[in-house]
Amino acid sequence: MKLRPIAGIVLRQIYLLRGSPVRVFPMVTWVAIDIVLWGFITRYLNNVSGSGMDFVPTLLGGVLLWDFCTRIMQGVSTAFLEDVWSRNFLNLFASPLSISEYIAGLVITSVLTSSVGVVVMLVLATGVFHLQFFAMGLPLIAFLMVLFVFGITLGIFASGIVLRLGPASEWLLWPLPALLSPFAAVFYPLAVLPHWMQWVARALPPSYVFEGMRTLLAGRPFPGVLLLQGSGVAVLELLLAAYFYARVYRHAVRTGLLARYSAESVA
Amino acid sequence: MSATPQPGERPALTVTHLHKVYGAVTAVDDVSFTVNRGEIVGLLGPNGAGKTTTINMVLGVLAATTGSVQIGGIDISKRRAKALARTNFAAVYAPLPGNLTVVENLRFFGLLYGIRSLRSRVEALLVQFDLAHLRHTKCGLLSSGEQTRAALAKALLNDPQLLLLDEPTASLDPSAAQLIREKIRGLATDNHCGILWTSHNMNEVEAVCDRVLFLSRGKVLLEGNPRMLPHEHGSATLEDLFIRVAREPLSAVANGVP
Repeated sequence: MKLRPIAGIVLRQIYLLRGSPVRVFPMVTWVAIDIVLWGFITRYLNNVSGSGMDFVPTLLGGVLLWDFCTRIMQGVSTAFLEDVWSRNFLNLFASPLSISEYIAGLVITSVLTSSVGVVVMLVLATGVFHLQFFAMGLPLIAFLMVLFVFGITLGIFASGIVLRLGPASEWLLWPLPALLSPFAAVFYPLAVLPHWMQWVARALPPSYVFEGMRTLLAGRPFPGVLLLQGSGVAVLELLLAAYFYARVYRHAVRTGLLARYSAESVA
Repeated sequence: MSATPQPGERPALTVTHLHKVYGAVTAVDDVSFTVNRGEIVGLLGPNGAGKTTTINMVLGVLAATTGSVQIGGIDISKRRAKALARTNFAAVYAPLPGNLTVVENLRFFGLLYGIRSLRSRVEALLVQFDLAHLRHTKCGLLSSGEQTRAALAKALLNDPQLLLLDEPTASLDPSAAQLIREKIRGLATDNHCGILWTSHNMNEVEAVCDRVLFLSRGKVLLEGNPRMLPHEHGSATLEDLFIRVAREPLSAVANGVP
């Protein structure tokens, strides 16, 4: 991989943000709304439950981590969609840019754009609702990495779907995190899910992360096994997503889809 | 006007026995040709003849069913990045992203092509294509002529050995088209760049191209000097010959039946 083409993909996104600052608005707005909404819900639950349980770390922490994963996914797929919307595939892929350089550029772009939302979430959650986000220390970083890898995986997979099925399939992309969220066990233990849902959940790295985080919050020992399992599944799925994207790209080159990629095209 | 290859110099483009089959349809059928450095070759033919399919295979965005494409002697199916670093293209159906300014587009694509000293290269191209005053204008807001100049500036970022131009003057007024033709003619001469040009404007092809290839139903039907070819095949003008190629059976035209 060469650095210049990767830098080109990242620079393009910076130019887009600079040229149209309104693009920053959705990066900040949705996460801010989530934190404010769930912040007040947790505050209310703390007041009325009487159980002595602090809902802030479990619910608000869960929202923050799930939003982090979702923002990473959307960062990758939105950067990809910029090329769909501007019909730029021919210009891109008739250049020496390789697929791995393109994806690396999308991932770095996603890190930059999603970090804006993460900073806003952290400021609101800690400043207004007193979430002690970093109190868990190093384990938190390890679990965040798993969510980061899974967010990238989802972004690559979603981009592959759009490349394969055409621009209209963009509408399949946006609800993807919502479709997965019941299985991710963000707000409740895995055990409350029906048996078949637990099997699906085990295929999703976030379920290991959120189970692990709940274990830590309950004051039990560091769940190293959950971290290892979650990491293993995350890495495996990242490789599968990269393989899927490469297959879709090769199909698009073989069938001519890439050359004539346009609105509503399905091959 | 015709370019003579220098001794030991590889052609800018060598296409050998290229086939592209989509199911039961053969879009490109055993096409072979070369484009030498400094030469402008016109790729002509009616709609659906296989011109754009051929160009897409040369650009590596469409895989050939069989056959090979070599750019400066490098096989694109084996060393894609190295081959594509030596080529570039401009086409009306592949505009530069309209939400980036001219200078942003040139820097973006300059990085994709791995250009060193990018800043000075971009400045030189802005001057060469009279785009300096439009540097901060979004490409989507440019006129057709300005967009064509911007696309050509992008196409020259990497000083390509091979330049593919798919109807580069299609949306231009006659004056702007003439200026673009002069610039492109200059590129072949001054930059020693091989150019593969598609156009439906036969007067333009006659004025610009050193050699033409007529494609019909995926096959190369005729090849030769655009100023001599019509007479060799019993037509008054290149346009007449084009119309015959488009309407008549392949064998009749190739055999020169009037």
